[in-house]
Amino acid sequence: MRNTDEHALQAEFDRRVAAEEKIEPTDWMPDDYRKNLIRQMSQHAHSEIIGMQPEGNWITRAPSLRRKAILLAKVQDEGGHGLYLYSATETLGITRSEMIEALQTRKAKYASIFNYPTLTWADIGAVGWLVDGAAIVNQIALQRTSYGPYARAMIRICKEESFHQRQGYELMLEMAKGSPQQKQMAQDALNRFWWPSLMMFGPHDGDSAHSSKSMQWKIKRESNDTLRQRFIDQTVPQIEVLGLEMPDPEIKWNETRGHYDSGEINWDEFYKVINGNGPCNHQRIKHHVKAHQDGEWVREAVRAYRAKQARKKDERAA
Amino acid sequence: MIKTIVMQHIMCCPKALKICKGDDKTMSNKSNNLYRFLVAQGDDAIILSHRLSEWCSNAPYLEEDLALTNVALDYLGRARLFYQYAAELKGGDETEDSIAYTRDERQYTNLLIHELPINDFAYTLLRQYFLDVFYVEYMTGLCQSSDQRIAAIAGKSVKESRYHLKRSQPWITQLAEGTEESRRRILDALTELESFVGELFEMPEWEQQLVTDGIAFDRQLIREKWDHQVQALLSASDINILDSQLKIGGGREGIHTEFLGHLLSEMQYLQRAYPGLKW
Amino acid sequence: MPQQEHLAVYEVFVRSARGLDHKHVGSLHAESPEHALMYARDCYLRRSEGISVWVVKASDVTASQGDDVADFVEPMDDKDYRHATHYVLPESVKNM
Repeated sequence: MRNTDEHALQAEFDRRVAAEEKIEPTDWMPDDYRKNLIRQMSQHAHSEIIGMQPEGNWITRAPSLRRKAILLAKVQDEGGHGLYLYSATETLGITRSEMIEALQTRKAKYASIFNYPTLTWADIGAVGWLVDGAAIVNQIALQRTSYGPYARAMIRICKEESFHQRQGYELMLEMAKGSPQQKQMAQDALNRFWWPSLMMFGPHDGDSAHSSKSMQWKIKRESNDTLRQRFIDQTVPQIEVLGLEMPDPEIKWNETRGHYDSGEINWDEFYKVINGNGPCNHQRIKHHVKAHQDGEWVREAVRAYRAKQARKKDERAA
Repeated sequence: MIKTIVMQHIMCCPKALKICKGDDKTMSNKSNNLYRFLVAQGDDAIILSHRLSEWCSNAPYLEEDLALTNVALDYLGRARLFYQYAAELKGGDETEDSIAYTRDERQYTNLLIHELPINDFAYTLLRQYFLDVFYVEYMTGLCQSSDQRIAAIAGKSVKESRYHLKRSQPWITQLAEGTEESRRRILDALTELESFVGELFEMPEWEQQLVTDGIAFDRQLIREKWDHQVQALLSASDINILDSQLKIGGGREGIHTEFLGHLLSEMQYLQRAYPGLKW
Repeated sequence: MPQQEHLAVYEVFVRSARGLDHKHVGSLHAESPEHALMYARDCYLRRSEGISVWVVKASDVTASQGDDVADFVEPMDDKDYRHATHYVLPESVKNM
């Protein structure tokens, strides 16, 4: 690319982003934009894939056939969403193998929430309701992201995820209104998943490393704190309907702000988990590596078979 | 031999007698047989579905993960349809969940091939291929059932199984002709699975009676076709013929491998730990 | 070092209903076109989103480049006589 062109291309790119036009794979884009997108999108894809594990943990123990079908379909959807996102990221010139390698060597991150264990059946409800709920708040904003394939993947994902949150809430409702033991499981799950769900939105706006550039490029559309507040505002009334206690004693309606106030997140824990010291960080990556390695001979066989078929075809042609 | 053992077991275990034979004094002989048939079909489907679901997040690559889960979901749906019908037939408090979650190994009547562990991908796919060939033919036959509801379930199932077969068949060829390792794994799987195939074609007396009544389909009628189709595929990859004579059986009498108990204790854990709750 | 992909990338196109065009929905990895078609069903049609699917090997797609747009697309821009709105007809002639 000639230098004189570079300026013109940059100007055209900036104009497009400012005008809310989408950037498409074959368009010129700044290197940093591409890098940032690959980081954010692959992290998003990995989150879907690793997110299959904590819920998958209960597929074989789901307590009714209906719940089993719902959970299986939901975890499968997460896999599908990972696929849509890998597919969209591949349009930026990185292969899925490279992304998987980055995940397995811990160069790429995934949502820290999935480093928490699912200990009781109520956790499956809490994950669907709170974790998917938080993810949806984030993803709805991303439907307007500037990169075309990412925005389209988000639209598809949001459409499919509408049932994910509802099934989780319905499960919580069943347990919160059930036996004392069930209600206690539901409360415990809410207490444990509340804070990690709030952490899903990332650090406060002032402390977020990638935020300002990403906002400018419209890779991110709304700030971490705005989205977090939206999630709190929509979730608190849902907790009331369940009849459970608030997981944070400081939650209180603030008439002047028109929002719920809430307590401060324990950021030490947030960074501890991000830096690999959550209860399940090692387990999650090991699981992924093991499945990948166990499948190596299958992929090898597919490759060998394809090569043999191609050779046969060549021989016939000769 | 198996028959004798079963009889002894039943003599000293009246509960097993009741459930295994589906005997219920309030039901006629015919509806007893029908109930037993529906539960057996449901058991086959739920146990296989459970095994397939164990692949979720463990498959060799993502596309295959989604595909295997779809098969698991199909079988889960099939199990529910059979159980729901059985529950309605029995009436009272019985539901699809009470059938699935509150019976022990001895009361489960699935054919053994469904309960074997997933082992590796070759094993899972070879079992799946065997069952896909079987169910395409079997469910086609069952579509003729004079029982409209069974015919409808079979109609749905045959479509699913046709698709499953489209998937599993090329996998067998690819693995058999891929690398030395993949071929070895297919051959190992074959050695073990071969012993469990014969049971698919066994017709206990009560099921034979249902055939006479126009409700069930005679499994023996499709054995030759199954043999022929499977042999043709395997021999195209230079794999020797397989013997579908009965070697190991007992599933319909509640005599299982040791694998089933572990599967059930996992599957039924919540319902057993907190009986009678809604989830 | 880019790892070799085990499987080829296929682009997936879905016709959601009779009378509509096939529309690009994403991509997937598969060992053959036949497998790609089946995986497309498992990965992109879990909610019966379509009645017909095309898969095309990504390496077989030849695409116009974004920065070619000047030569490739713009020369078509001045031919507004190709569009119906170019022609002004009297009000009394409705719906032509």
